[in-house]
Amino acid sequence: MNRSMKIFGGILVAVVVVALVGPLISPNDYLQTDFDALLQKPSFEGFHLFGTDDLGRDLFVRTMLGVQVTILVAVVASIVSLVIGVAYGAIAGYAGGRVDAVMMRFVDTLYALPFIFFVILLMVAFERNFLLIFVAIGAINWLDMARIVRGQTLSLREREFVEAARLTGVSPARIVFRHIAPNLFGIVIVYVTLTIPQAILVESFLSFLGLGIQEPQTSLGALVDAGVNQMEGASWVLLIPATLLALILLCFNFLGDAARDYFDARDQR
Amino acid sequence: MLRYALKRLMGAIPTLLLVIVLAFLMVHAAPGGPFDDERVLPPETQAALEAAYNLDEPLHQQLFAYLSGVARGDFGPSYRYRDHTVSELIGNAFPVSLKLGAMAMLVAMVLGVLAGTAAALRRNTVVDKVVMAFAMTGISIPVFVIAPILVLLLAVRLQWLPAGWSGNEGVGRLILPVVALALPQVAYIARLMRASMVDVLSSDFIRTARAQGLGTAAIIRYHALKPAMLPVLSYMGPAVAAILTGSVVVEEIFGIPGLGQFFVRGALNRDYTLVLGIVIFYAALVVLFNLVVDLLYGAIDPRIRRR
Repeated sequence: MNRSMKIFGGILVAVVVVALVGPLISPNDYLQTDFDALLQKPSFEGFHLFGTDDLGRDLFVRTMLGVQVTILVAVVASIVSLVIGVAYGAIAGYAGGRVDAVMMRFVDTLYALPFIFFVILLMVAFERNFLLIFVAIGAINWLDMARIVRGQTLSLREREFVEAARLTGVSPARIVFRHIAPNLFGIVIVYVTLTIPQAILVESFLSFLGLGIQEPQTSLGALVDAGVNQMEGASWVLLIPATLLALILLCFNFLGDAARDYFDARDQR
Repeated sequence: MLRYALKRLMGAIPTLLLVIVLAFLMVHAAPGGPFDDERVLPPETQAALEAAYNLDEPLHQQLFAYLSGVARGDFGPSYRYRDHTVSELIGNAFPVSLKLGAMAMLVAMVLGVLAGTAAALRRNTVVDKVVMAFAMTGISIPVFVIAPILVLLLAVRLQWLPAGWSGNEGVGRLILPVVALALPQVAYIARLMRASMVDVLSSDFIRTARAQGLGTAAIIRYHALKPAMLPVLSYMGPAVAAILTGSVVVEEIFGIPGLGQFFVRGALNRDYTLVLGIVIFYAALVVLFNLVVDLLYGAIDPRIRRR
């Protein structure tokens, strides 16, 4: 662990802990409207630390809930992309030859497409639901993972322990999932760290447009959207979720960069 | 060169076909029909409506009808804007988006290349660190956060620039949307440009040029810029995709009557044909642009053509 990994990892852990604990401590509820306290400025009065929105709902609790939802969606979507990407990349890399060429050509083709529009198409065609958002976001972010894993697998399959497994008659499927996949761990972790901010970006983009997380649930993207409508009179409704979203994305990106450098440096030793 | 161009062109056609079929099937795999959520219609009316949109035919016939329509530039009628075809709507709205996107792309290229080159020339100094920290921030902060904050600061508080589209004329109303759209791309291109410029500057032919007594400005201008631009050039394809995505948000925030706004309206209204048409149009645009970039690449770098 180097210093920047500790700093940005630390900020993220702190944000998540506050997001989980905050709503429990606060006396307010994320749904409860208060028409005597519309668009209140942030203050300790009534524990409205981040103020209230145009329906008098407490923004601290709503923002923390938004952080929870945003991070949950991103982590689950990243796991979906991890499973697809590792399986696809490992199979292409292990099979090699023509199968590999065709599989990677397909990935190249998909790379060129503006995927987010297909997710929106899915959202329009099917009723918008939580599960679909997870899967759709995961399904668009597996391409990088597949490429990286394939490259690693290509070099791993020439190693002695894989050859030994092959000689003793272990089936190809077992070699891929029992012997090769565990060796991909380090590089996969790095790319998951870099996939999470991308998933956050997609989710908040959809929610901002009103196509993602739906009321009364909320996410940082939806909160920024609500803030845009209030910004002339009540700028904190916009600035607080926007800053938090930017902070989380920045931390994940810096963390991913640092992790990549760290693992690269370790590989070269 | 001609063979290379033809090969690239032939490669783009199956991609486009895949896009259209995939998008079409996605929409048609959904449960329920487009007229289900309206007030209950008499069965004859329902049947007549479905017949008018060819929904009573088997799926593969609908697909072929749609494909032959798209080949002629006909995306069918819009479900919600009933007096217009999707092609008309796209034709009306796209020029606005094109103007916005092209300006953002231009700004991103110029600023990104300049900033990246400056950082590479002053590697590991304050200039480099500032540019790179700015670039990381620019990459991390999404357009829909940058745009409202710019509006809040420059339009609402300082009132230097107009915030909206309608009611304002001239260049002023373009500045904020273009800047919001371009900033993340400036950041991305600056990072790419710095990395490749550092690479090029440490190569042998630059050392030779330096040994012959050429100044830094001349080296950059006549020797380093062109090879260092190659990674930036190949990023143009993804950049177009990113600017299209960003334009959806920017048009929504600034109320610009472009294609992105129609797209969001269509998506919220469940206007299947409009959304389908715009998705295919966007995808075709990106595929086409990637093709142009490939051809440019081949024209600039002869090593590519031989492969």
